[in-house]
Amino acid sequence: LNRNCLDASRPWLCFWILHSLELLQEPIPAAVASDVCQFLARCQSPTGGFAGGPGQHAHLAPTYAAVNALCIIGTDEAYNVIDREKLLDFLWSVKQPDGSFVMHVGGEVDVRSAYCAASVASLTNILTPKLFENTTNWILSCQNWEGGLSGVPGLEAHGGYTFCGTAALVILGKEHMLDLKALLRWVVSRQMRFEGGFQGRCNKLVDGCYSFWQAGLLPLLHRALYKEGESELSQQRWMFEQQALQEYILLCCQNPTGGLLDKPGKSRDFYHTCYCLSGLSIAQHFGNMDNHYEVILGKEENRLAPTHPVYNICPEKVAQALQHFLRMPVPEIHFRSNKRGRSVK
Amino acid sequence: SPPPKCQMTISSIVMTLLFGDRKEWADLEPVPQDDGPNPVVKIAYSEKFSDVYDYFRALLKNDEKTERAFALTADAIDLNAANYTVWHYRRVLLQALSKDLKEEMKYITNIIEEQPKNYQVWHHRRMVVEWLNDPSEELRFIADILSQDAKNYHAWQHRQWVIQEYKLWDNELEFVENLLEEDVRNNSAWNQRHFVISHTTGFSDPAVVEREIQYCLNQIRKAPHNESAWNYLKGMLQDRGLSSQPGLLERVLELKETHCSPYLLAFLFDCYEDALENITQKEKVEEEEQKETLRKALEICRLLAQEKDTIRKEYWEFLGRSLRNKYGNGALSDEPMAENPEPSISASQSQEAS
Repeated sequence: LNRNCLDASRPWLCFWILHSLELLQEPIPAAVASDVCQFLARCQSPTGGFAGGPGQHAHLAPTYAAVNALCIIGTDEAYNVIDREKLLDFLWSVKQPDGSFVMHVGGEVDVRSAYCAASVASLTNILTPKLFENTTNWILSCQNWEGGLSGVPGLEAHGGYTFCGTAALVILGKEHMLDLKALLRWVVSRQMRFEGGFQGRCNKLVDGCYSFWQAGLLPLLHRALYKEGESELSQQRWMFEQQALQEYILLCCQNPTGGLLDKPGKSRDFYHTCYCLSGLSIAQHFGNMDNHYEVILGKEENRLAPTHPVYNICPEKVAQALQHFLRMPVPEIHFRSNKRGRSVK
Repeated sequence: SPPPKCQMTISSIVMTLLFGDRKEWADLEPVPQDDGPNPVVKIAYSEKFSDVYDYFRALLKNDEKTERAFALTADAIDLNAANYTVWHYRRVLLQALSKDLKEEMKYITNIIEEQPKNYQVWHHRRMVVEWLNDPSEELRFIADILSQDAKNYHAWQHRQWVIQEYKLWDNELEFVENLLEEDVRNNSAWNQRHFVISHTTGFSDPAVVEREIQYCLNQIRKAPHNESAWNYLKGMLQDRGLSSQPGLLERVLELKETHCSPYLLAFLFDCYEDALENITQKEKVEEEEQKETLRKALEICRLLAQEKDTIRKEYWEFLGRSLRNKYGNGALSDEPMAENPEPSISASQSQEAS
C-alpha cells in the first residue's frame, strides 16, 4: 500500500494515531512517546512552526497536528519541543492583512488556517489580540446563505470548514457573532435519516469522518447558545441523534481486521480511524465534568474517553497544556514578515 | 565498475536511471532524510522515491536554481503531488529561470486532470494564471474538471476566484442553469447560482426575487425531496424575512397537498416563526391570530419530531420549547405538555457548561 502521498503529512499520522489510542484509553509506552517527541522536533522548522516531514517547510496543518500530538503526550519533554518564540514568528509570517492566514508561506488561504493558528496559539499561550486582528470578521464572512461555513467566502457550506471556522471563533471568544440559529439548522440537517451518519455538504454522501467535523459542532453550539441565554437546551443530549450516529460508526465504519473508514467498501486509514472514533466519543458523552450524561451503544467496552470539542484531544490534556504554558510569558515578536517575506520590525 | 541501477516502472517500458547514477548529477552530494535514530510513522519509500528526494534535499540545501533542479521538481511532484515544499521551490525556479509559463499551464493542466482533489495543484495553477494575467483558458478548463466531478470543491473555488478577479460574470448564470438541468440536486451549482446573483443584480430587486422564487418552485415540483432547492428559497429570503414575500406562504401551502416533504414543513415552520417575530414587533394583530400562528408552528414541530423527520427529533423539540417559551403564555392552558419531558432551567440557575 503506497503511502508516499502522506510524506508531507507525517505529524498528522502522529496525531491521528495518538488521538485514536487516547480515545481507546490505550497507554502510550514512554519510549514511544519519547520517540515521537524527537521525531516532531525534527519536523520543526528553524524559522518556526512544524513541517510535514524533516527538512520541509513549515505549514499550519502539520503545525496543528504536531502541537496536538505533543499535548496528548503531555510530558515536559513534549512541551519543551515547541519553540514558542519561533512559532509566533511563523504565525505572523502567514498572517494576511484581511485577517485570514495562508497555510504556508506562498500558499493558499482557507478557514482551516485560522483554526490551526488559533488552536496552537491558545494551547501554547502565544495568543495576542493583534495576531488575530480582522480574523473574526474574515471567518464570519465565510458563513453563507445555507447557514454553514465555506472554505473561503462565496463557496458552498462544508462540514470540515464549518468546524474549523466555528472552533476558531470559540477560541477567540466570538462565536456569538455567527448566526447560531442558521448554523444549527444547517448542521442538524446534515445527519442522514437512513444512514445515521453525517454528510459533509447538502445532497452529498455520508462519510464517517464527518462524525466528528459535523457532530462535533453540536457541543460547540450548545455551549454558545447557553452563553447567549438560551433556556430550553436539553440537559442530557446533544441536538443530534446520538444513537443513530453510533450505529453508523460501529455497524458500517469498522474494518474487521481493525481500523475505521468512510463508508462500507472503502479501505481503512488512520485519518478515518481518528475521526470516526472522535465522532463516536462525541456521540457517547454529553456535558462536562460537572454534568455528564452517557449513551453507550452496545457493550460497556465500547465506551471511549471523552474528547474536547474545540481541540479534539482529551479534555485533561487540554487543561494540562494550558496550565503548563500559562506559566510562561507571551513572547515578544522578533519580526513581522509581510507576504513577500520582508522583515518589518 | 558495477552496472548502474535502473528503475523500470510498470506503466512504461522506458528505463530511467536513478539520479544517483547519472553523470550530470555526480557533482551533487545527495542528502538523506533526517528522521533521527528512532523514527516513527515511517514510510516505506521505494528506491526511486528516496533517490529523487535525496537529490531534492541537496538542491534545497544549496539553493540551486538550475534547469536540472527544475526538471527534478517534476519527478518529485510525480512521486508526491502533496509536497508543498517542492511546489514552492518549483515556483521559485519558474521565476529565477524565466521559464515559459504557457508551457507550465500545459503541465499543470495535465497534473490537475490526474489529481483533481489536491490543494497544491490548484494553488499552483492560480499562481501561474496570475503571473500570466491570462484567465482565457480557465472557465473551459474548470468546466471540463466539473464534467468529471460536478462537486469538486477546489474546482469551484478556482472558478469563483477567476470570475471575481477577472470579472467574468456574463455567462455564469447560464452555466449554472445547465448544471442544474443535468442534476437539480447539485448543491454546488445552487451555491454558484447564489454567488452569481448576489454579485451581479443582487437579491434586492423584486423582479429578481420573483424570478428566483418561480425557479425554485418549478424545481421543487420536479423533485419535491430536493433539499437544495428549499434551502436556496429560504437562504435567499431570510435576511428580509420569509413573511415579507406576499403570497409565498399560500403558494407553499398549495404544494403541501401534492409535493409534501420534511423540507416543505420546515419552510412552513420558518414562515410562521418569522410571522411571530414580526407580529410582536410591528403590527397590532389580534391575539387570536398570534395564538393560531404559534399553534400551527408548534404542530409542525411535533409532526417533524415524531413522524416526518425523526432523526432531528432533539432539534425540533428544542425549537418547539424555544418558541413556546418566547411566544406562549400561561393562558394557553390547552397546550399539551407531553412532548416536553425536559424541565427548562434558566441559564443563570444551571451550572456553567464546559
